[in-house]
Amino acid sequence: MEIIRAPIRTSNDVVHARQLVRRGAQEAGLSLVDQTKIVTAASELARNTLTHGLGGEMTMEVVNAGARRGLRLTFVDEGPGIPDMKLALTDGWTSGNGLGMGLSGARRLVNDFEIESRVGEGTRVSVARWK
Amino acid sequence: MAERIPILRMGEFLLVSIQVDLHDQLALQLQDDLTRAIQRHTARGVLIDISALEVVDSFIGRMISDISGMGRILGARTVLVGMRPAVAITLVELGLSLAGVETALTVERGMDRLRADR
Repeated sequence: MEIIRAPIRTSNDVVHARQLVRRGAQEAGLSLVDQTKIVTAASELARNTLTHGLGGEMTMEVVNAGARRGLRLTFVDEGPGIPDMKLALTDGWTSGNGLGMGLSGARRLVNDFEIESRVGEGTRVSVARWK
Repeated sequence: MAERIPILRMGEFLLVSIQVDLHDQLALQLQDDLTRAIQRHTARGVLIDISALEVVDSFIGRMISDISGMGRILGARTVLVGMRPAVAITLVELGLSLAGVETALTVERGMDRLRADR
């Protein structure tokens, strides 16, 4: 599978991202539960890109590492960035009107989770779920 | 005209079956429509069928909790039915337990639950 890019600019794009990730997860051969986990993580991260990052882009690719196959997703925005990463990754902490489970919850739903953020420049979150 | 989730009335109960992939605006619209419908029909119970939902994320989860809480304040009991096992596993791992939301496996059992409460 080639790298797929999808804009995250509206709440419909979040739904579209979920649908793309569902197809990617099927192609990567993930089980139904693992598909549901990465689609849910994608939904949380896409919403963060939209509401906190003021819009951005998701990229998706099926990845192979030796005999392992998985799905990698990257969310990039050029928003205000996250000033306190430790706080942002805390369960229940929210800067908006959500439950504060988005980032910390998404992290629990994937195998690999990396986040980089610079205040004033933006945020990049990369996650993967392996078969 | 904006897209809307239909709310069916069955006597003193309301039935909502979510058959589309919910975007955030639609979820908020449903919350609004449902609380109005509870009041307009003086409904005693609300059944929400999510058997078609492949994903429930924290936003949709919060919407469900909020509807249940608002319904309770308005005097209606909410029962959530049809959650898929993969969704339940994911919700708990995500950190949402939907505390305070009543659930049943099927629409029939959910209706039985509402009818028994007289």
